[in-house]
This record gives sequence, C-alpha cells and structure tokens, in this order.
Amino acid sequence: MNGFGGFLLRRAAGTLITLLAVSVLVYVVFYATPGNVAQITCGPRCSPEQVHQVAAQLRLDDPLYLRYFHFLQGLFVGQDYSTGTSVEHCAAPCLGLSYQSDQQVLTLLLAKLPVSLSLVAGAMVLWLVIGVGTGVLSAWRRGRLSERVLTVLTLAGWATPVFVLGLVLMIVVCGELQLLPFPQYVRFGDDPEQWAWNLLLPWLSLALIEAAAFARLTRSAMLETLAEDHIRTFRAYGVGERAIVGRHALRGALAPVIALNANNVGSAIGGAVLTETLFGLPGIGQELVHAVKVVDLPVVVGMVLVVAFFVVIANAVADVLYALADRRVVLA
Amino acid sequence: MSEALVAVEAAGADITAPAASGARQFWRRLRAQRAALVAAAVVALLVLVALAAPLLTALEGQDPTTYHPGLVDSARGGVPIGSLGGISAEHWLGVEPQTGRDLFARLVEGARVSLGVAFAATLIQVLIGVTIGVAAAMGSRWLDQVLSRVTDIIVALPLMIMALALLAVVPASFPRPVLVALVIGLIAWGNVAKIVRAQTLTLKGLDHVAAARLSGWGAVRVARRELLPGLAAPVITYAALLVPTNISAEAALSFLGVGVKPPTPSWGQMITAADVWYQAAPQYLLFPAGALFTTVLALTVLGDGVRTALDPRAASRLRVGTGRARKEDAA
Amino acid sequence: MSLVEVTDLTVEFGALHAVDGLSFTLEKGAALALVGESGSGKSTVAGALLGLHRDTGARVGGSVLVAGTDVTAASDAELRGLRGAKAAMVFQDPLSSLDPYYAVGDQIAEVYRVHTRASRRAARARAVEVLDRVGIPDAARRARSRPHEFSGGMRQRALIAMALACEPELLIADEPTTALDVTVQAQILDLLHTLRQENGLGLLLVTHDVGVAAESADDVLVMRHGRAVEHGPLRRVLAAPEQPYTRELLASVPRVDAPRTAPAEEAGETVLEAVGLRREFGRGRRAFTAVDDVSLTLRRGETLGIVGESGSGKTTLGRMLVGLLEPTSGTIRYDGRAHSGVDPSVQMVFQDPASSLNPRRTVGESIADPLRAKGGQDDRAVRERVTGLLERVGLEAAHHDRYPHEFSGGQRQRIGIARALAADPRVIVCDEPVSALDVTTQAQVVALLDELRRELGLALVFVAHDLAVVRQVSDRVAVMRRGQVVETGPVDEVYENPRDPYTRQLLAAVPALDPEVAARRRAARREPAPA
Repeated sequence: MNGFGGFLLRRAAGTLITLLAVSVLVYVVFYATPGNVAQITCGPRCSPEQVHQVAAQLRLDDPLYLRYFHFLQGLFVGQDYSTGTSVEHCAAPCLGLSYQSDQQVLTLLLAKLPVSLSLVAGAMVLWLVIGVGTGVLSAWRRGRLSERVLTVLTLAGWATPVFVLGLVLMIVVCGELQLLPFPQYVRFGDDPEQWAWNLLLPWLSLALIEAAAFARLTRSAMLETLAEDHIRTFRAYGVGERAIVGRHALRGALAPVIALNANNVGSAIGGAVLTETLFGLPGIGQELVHAVKVVDLPVVVGMVLVVAFFVVIANAVADVLYALADRRVVLA
Repeated sequence: MSEALVAVEAAGADITAPAASGARQFWRRLRAQRAALVAAAVVALLVLVALAAPLLTALEGQDPTTYHPGLVDSARGGVPIGSLGGISAEHWLGVEPQTGRDLFARLVEGARVSLGVAFAATLIQVLIGVTIGVAAAMGSRWLDQVLSRVTDIIVALPLMIMALALLAVVPASFPRPVLVALVIGLIAWGNVAKIVRAQTLTLKGLDHVAAARLSGWGAVRVARRELLPGLAAPVITYAALLVPTNISAEAALSFLGVGVKPPTPSWGQMITAADVWYQAAPQYLLFPAGALFTTVLALTVLGDGVRTALDPRAASRLRVGTGRARKEDAA
Repeated sequence: MSLVEVTDLTVEFGALHAVDGLSFTLEKGAALALVGESGSGKSTVAGALLGLHRDTGARVGGSVLVAGTDVTAASDAELRGLRGAKAAMVFQDPLSSLDPYYAVGDQIAEVYRVHTRASRRAARARAVEVLDRVGIPDAARRARSRPHEFSGGMRQRALIAMALACEPELLIADEPTTALDVTVQAQILDLLHTLRQENGLGLLLVTHDVGVAAESADDVLVMRHGRAVEHGPLRRVLAAPEQPYTRELLASVPRVDAPRTAPAEEAGETVLEAVGLRREFGRGRRAFTAVDDVSLTLRRGETLGIVGESGSGKTTLGRMLVGLLEPTSGTIRYDGRAHSGVDPSVQMVFQDPASSLNPRRTVGESIADPLRAKGGQDDRAVRERVTGLLERVGLEAAHHDRYPHEFSGGQRQRIGIARALAADPRVIVCDEPVSALDVTTQAQVVALLDELRRELGLALVFVAHDLAVVRQVSDRVAVMRRGQVVETGPVDEVYENPRDPYTRQLLAAVPALDPEVAARRRAARREPAPA
C-alpha cells in the first residue's frame, strides 16, 4: 500500500501544478489578447475619458503579472473592490467581479451550478448505462445481425451533433407529439418530479451522443480482450461464453472506460453548454455564452477556470480509479 | 464526435508491427471495406462541392448573400412563398425565411467553410502535436518533463469552453473562419502530442533504429529515415478521425453564435436560425442538419476504414476467438 | 481404451494445411512428446484435442477421442465438460495466460466451480490446496495475489495448479517452459514429472526443444509440415533415429557437454576492453543496477560468450559495449583508446530479426546504410558491395530489392549479419542472435558467424541465455548473474569444472538429451532443497 500512497501524493502534487499552470495560461491568454478591454467593456459609444476611467477601475493599467498576482490573492485570501461609490469585499476564493453587473463571479457561478450539475450528473448516469450496455451487447452478439444494427445506431449517434439531436427531440416530442411540455428548469428542491420530467429531454440528447462514444469504446475494448491469451485459457477450461464475456472481457474494458469518462469531461461540458443553450436552461453554460457575447472578462475567466478545475480534478480522480482498476499502473 | 474517445482508442494502437509494404497494402485493405469505400466516395463528393462552390452557385445563377425580399411573405413573418420553402428552377433548395437568401448557395458555401475550417484546424493540430510529441520523446529528460506537463495542461483545457471564450475576445476585424480554425487548432493538439510521444518512444526502442545509429548516421538522418515514416500510420489514423471532430466543433461554435458569423454562411449558424422556423419551413432546418450529419458520418466511417487499413491489430479484432490462428503454427 | 486416440487428423486454416493426416494414441498415465520446429503444426494438434478450433473458421477432419469424448462430434456442452475436467491444458506464456485483473486463487476457483458446482468457499479452499500442491509457498496468502505479482516460474506453477484443480486424466502442456529461465524450467519439468508419478496423469507435451522432451516423455512424435516424421519410444528415437529429418534435427541441437569444435587459433591483440562498467536505471527508490562493475577484454579473432538468465544484465552489457547505452560509470576502450558513443567498427547483430530491419526499406538499402554513411562510393560500387555481402552470408543478389517481410527468420538474421559486416567492423556483438530461430536454422547461423570470424579475423561477443549454444561458439565465456560476472575463463574449463555454485546450478539445469542422464540429474536436483 506504501506504493499506492506515494502514487496518490504524486498525483495530488501534479494536479496542483497543472491547476496553477492552467490559471496562468487562461489569465494571460484572456487579458493579454488584442483588443482594448476597457473599450469593449464600456461599449462603442464611450468617450476616451470614460474608457480611461473604466481602465483605471479595472486596474487595466497595471502590468499583467501584477494583475495576476492580485487575482491569485483574491483566490486565496479575498480582495476588496471599489465599485466607484462603495467598497465591496470579495471573500476568498474570489474570482473577481463581473464588469457588467458588479456581482461577484463566484456568486453568479454558484447560482447557476445546480442546473449544470443536474444536467451533467443525470446525463452521465444515462450515458454510462446506455453506452456500456450497448457496447457489452454488441461485443456479446458479435457477428450477428443485432450487432450490426447496434453498430449502425452507434455510428449515427456518434455523427449527430448534440444540438441537432436536441432540436429534433424537442420538435418531435414537445412540438409535434406534445408528449412533454417544452423544458423549463424546475429546482429539485421545489418539485423533484417536475425537475426530472423537465430535464428528461436535455439528459437524453446529451447522453445519447456521449453514449455512442462509450459504446464504441466498450465494444472495441471487449473485443480486444476477447482476443487475448487468457480468454483462450478460460475457454480451454470449459468456462462458458456468458462468464467469459460478462466477467473477463468486461473487466478488461473497465480501465479504458474510466479513462474515457475522465478524458471526456471536457467534451461533455462542451455538450452541456450546447444543451443548455438549446433548451434554455439557466446553467453555467448559458451564463458563459452570455458573458462571452458581452465580453465580461472576469466572468469568462472565472467560468473557464472553474470548468478547467473540474476537468483536471476529474482526470486526477480517474487516474486513481484507473490505478485501482489496473494495479500494474502504479508499479510502472 | 468526441475527441477524447479517439485519443483513448488511439493510445492503445500498436505500431510495432507496421504494415509491411506501405501504400499498396493500405489501398488493398481499404478497398476491402465496402462501408469505407462508400464513405470515401461521399467525402470526395463533398470536397468537390466545397472546392467548386462558387462554380455551382454560378451554375444555379445565385449567390449566398443577396437578399430576395420578394420571395418571402412578409405578412406571415417572412415565410418563403411557394411550396417546400420556395423550391424552384431558380432556387434549387428554396430560400431562407425572412431574408430570401438562396439556400442552395448558402449550403454549398457552408460546405466550403465547414471542410476548410476542419482541415485547416486538423493540419494545425497535427503540426503542433507532432513537433511537440517528437521533441518530448527525442529530447532530454528535462525537455520531456516540461513538454509533457504543457501537454497535460492543454489536454485539460475543454475545447468548447476555451474556444467559446477565446472567440469572444478577438477583435471582430479578424477573418472569422481563419480564426475558428486557428482557435480549434491551437487548443486541441494535446492528444496528438501525447500519442506521437508514446509512439516515438516505442519506435525509438526498436532495433532497426539502433542499427541505423550503429551505421554511423547522425541523429537527424536516423530520425528522418527510421522514425518519422513509422509515425505516419498513427498520425494519419488520428488525423482522419480528428477531421469529423473538428467539423462538429466548428458547427457547435457557429451554432452558439461565436463561430463563423453572418454573412458568411455556416451549417451550425443556419441550424440556429432555423430553430424557430421548423414548422413553417422545415427544409431550412433539414438541409443544413442533414449535410452536417452526412459529412461527419462519412468522415468518421472513412476514418475508421483508414484505421483498420493501417493498424493490423484493429483488423485482427474482426477475427476473435481461441482458434485465432496460432502465431507459431499458422505463420 | 486409450486416453487419447487421434486418427487421420487434419486441420486447415484457409489454404494452409496446419495438420495433415496425423494419427497417434496415448495410453493412460503415459507421456508423449510432440516435437517439431515452428510451422510443424504441433500446437495446432494440442488445440484440436480440446476442440479449440471450433467456430474459428478452421476446418477440422478425422477423429479425435479424448477420455472417451469424441471431440469432433461432441456438443458444445459436452466439450465444455471435457475441457479442464478430464483434459487440462498448460500454455506457453504464463503471464498472458492468466487474467491480469483477478486473483490467481479466484481464477482457479472459477474453473473448479464450472465443473463441480462447489460452493465459493469450497472452491477457494480447493484453489489453495492445488497451489500448495504445485509448490507455491504460503499458498493461502498467495492465492489472493494477481498474476503480475508472481514470478515467471510461480505463474507457470499456478497455471499447472489450475490444470490440476479438477483432477484431469490428461495434461496437455504446450511449450510449458519456453518462456522460462533454464533453472526454473528444470523446476517445472521436475514438477510435471512428480505429478505424473503421483497422480497418474497422462501427459501430452508439445515442445520445440528435444532436451525438454527427453526429460519428460516416454514416447516421441517428430512432426514436420503437419505430418508425423517419426514416432516411437524416446530412447530408441534419440539413440537411433530412422528418418533423415530426425537425424538432421538431432544433429543441430547444440550439446552442452560437447567440447568446442573449432577453437580460435592464437587470439590476437586486444581490440575491446571494458573496465568497471556499471549501469543503473531509474532513480530514487526505484533505482536498480542492471550491470554492476563488469570488466572484460576481447581479443582479435576470438569469441567471448556472455551467458546468463533473464535479468542478469547481459543485454545491457552488450548495448554498452557497442555504445548504444552510456555506462553510468566505467570506461570502454576500442584499440586501447577510451571511447563513448557508437562507432562503425563495433557492430551489433540483434535478437529479433523482425524488428531489427526497417520494414519500409528494402534489405539492400538497409545493408547499404554503413557504406553510404561513410561516403566516398558511388551508387554502383555500393550496390556491388551489398550484393557481395548478400552472397557472402548465403543469400542471393536478387534479394537486394526485397522487403524484410518476404524473408524467413533465419534469412533476416543473415541480412542483419550482412549489415553489420558492411561497416567493416573489428568487433560484432551478437545479442541472442539465434534464440528466435529453429534449431536447424540456428545451427546454420552459428556456423556462418564462426566462419566469418575466422575469415575476417573478427572478434565476437556472443550474448545468450542458452548454455549449449554458448559453449558451441565461444572460446572464452563469462557467466553473469544479477549484473555481475560470477565466473569467467576458457569455455571448456568453465563447463567442465565450474567453480562458482551458480554456474554449477545453471549447468545442472540444462536438459540432457539422454533420458538416463536426465533421470540421474533429476535425482541430484532433488537432493538439496529446491532454490
């Protein structure tokens, strides 16, 4: 277990370094990009004096490293902001204030987080079940008609953009058949049943697309395992096909599926942004799209950092799970 | 459409036993796959359409940007006049609601944008990824550590979110399709670098590379003659699967309104606009969505075919079972 | 009724006739060795006994009766009832033959439960019992380990334990010791022998190694191209082979007890010298020393054998000698001058002829590399020289423009030798040059190397795990263990009168070609407690 403890420590240190580096990169990229932030923030009709005032207020005249330092300071110990008339304290972890609304970015984020979490967590359960299930089924029925049907369905899911599937689902289910009302977010605390019904279509559209990837991977990983020597051993010892597929081949696919679920967090969040926009769910994604359109840099940077944070953490967790699933990794 | 899957799958690819006599065997194996052949034909057609887009619109006698207010019924909110969204001899696929712009012209111009952006982005990803990956594998321990860490960071950046944010802060004067290609290319090269690094390390350990060093050749010549050709197969495989991923990414960004902006047509953007018109003018939604679906599907199937043709192990997956002809006896 | 009755068996993979009309029987408790080179179809026969070719596209003809079951006609369920319960198979590579994700004990228990419907607990107890039976120390605890936590020999024992779980009548062992070191091989062969004696198991042993067959079987069946060449009692076949192919095969087997046949004439000046070579891999707690303070000299015209088991550091040493690996400390001198990095005058012949040739270039191009790197010759001169080299190593000028995959293993190794010669080397380090080859090919390649050494006055370093081959080619030998040279000296002296206990242990473990000697040695091995 000592080796495993060391492995955990190394992973944690690596994750921290990665997070810091991501924050530097994101900060520099956004605040050093061409285009006058003050001008964009203030709007095209601002006078030069107004622009200058905004720049001073946003500390845009400070050198970049100093601003990053302030940002880090805010993150770890909190920071005071003057909003022209009053001073507002932004407690750690402070991601800054929105240029648009003067609200704290973190507050904005936290308000939107439950929506996004509801969407992604529910969809993840679905895509793992549907994806891995389809993969197992097509590996088991390999070479038969049902496998071919599943393969075609998987490919179709793989090739459909999430916003097209969502749109079609919405048009067919809500518009034409009127089986469900057009989704509107209901808080879980208010009415769990309505929460689920309203999220059903967003879940499905996000999950079906992602499930295609998992089905493909599960199938190919299982087929690969089935071609390995140890499967031959169990066949040669009279173990039945069901146990071979369900026990040995599936176990071999576990590690790659974990790896994919981690690698996929980024793309799934991308999918969530599209889904939220399409269905009008007031989540982080929709907020980000809005912030991007009005060039509200603190909100954009804060959101990107939070998302990157989730991705990095998910990857670290997956690494640990992967190591647990395949202990040889620790030794390597 | 998930790049992550492609990366996870490609990471397991085996290149230590590369296809023996390269190109000819590759074509033979590719031709043996009917689905891949059909996909290749579709892709070829799409590329032709994209290349000849101005010619095609000229043939139709239309262009993608001219408004035809006379062809839409302003009294009904701008629904195209005529059946099936105004399909006629002049407007082969009808016209856009509200503006009356020619749909066929916008669709083929959209193909140009879509494929152009995707191929350019793939090229950037491959160039950066191969450079970084080879440098990490061939360079000193220190360089490898730095580059691998940078790659980890790049991989951690979620493409959609970063692209969405980046596209917002770059001045509008920058040509949009070029920008989209650049942004996708500059953010999503991490997995290429990871794969190339791993493959280079494997190749570096092969004896024929050691033998070439013993011959007295310098490091550059050894890398060029013995290493890079071995990288071609995994890089081509990965690139072939990246193209459809990039098509989806461009469409998604344009759908969100931060990708390619009007008046330049783009399928993603058309789908957003068509959202509210699906009842009055369904073809407005169907054509771009169908085009997008077909393109991504064809490119994916072709990519799979290329992989099967290049990676002997993928091909061997088709023959599963105990009696997989024993290496020793069937060879 | 016999335990195994095979009549007119044919197995075809597409156009390939892997087995072509083979018949034999095996009585209860008897042991038959199927001996043949690669492509002889011997492993295919082993698979056919358990019906493993079913549903794989292979066409199987003839009849196979195993323990009363007609394998070719049995239903899938009957076949499953045979596999593992009445006839069990042990495979070549014990690491890949066990599921890496489950504990060894659980895998044995799973097999046991398939055939007995025992409770989980009973099955687990049975697993511990059989693991103990095959000599796994602390079996109850080790049953919970996964395969990668076992050593190679322990894994093979575990696989044999799985085979024993249901007390089968027949054990089919397909190259059971090929992946193992010679000392471990001896232990496994001894274990198989004990099990036969005590459990009355019938044994069908598939092997390429005549020595392994001589150690373990009563009868031998020599196969070639899917057919039986010679079949008879082991003693008779070894002593008086009737068929020319059997004679050729036996003549090619290097003997560990035969003195060096063509010793070097007076060795010349020292061409290569290594002083205090040391090489570490990894850092911190994971650091380990692959080569630890090795010094040696090599003189013109002689062959220095370096012999050792896996992990002894012999390959690392070889790579340092040619400059492909930098030593952590110590010096290498070529012709008395300290040297680092590669030098065309010191060449290498690699173990795996498949990976040592670039698959994308013609063999002519590969051989020409050293000539072109040196420069100063036009294309025609280079081509002429390459053609000359091809002919010198026993190939044809027409082979110049072919690709590596068009050649057999032995031919590829000849190409590798030609490439090494193209650099006009003074020294060639051969790293396991024949271990991937069949014995008949092996003998030819060894003879070629020896010829070239004499003709060109080369100095050879011959790195190998096979003690017999090393004796056959070397003038002097160095025995390596855990990175150190434990014994060095003239080859006949070391082999006849080993001073180091490890050398003695190694030599005692080499399978003897004479069943009498094998039995004596086995008894001798049993005397001291097994290491």
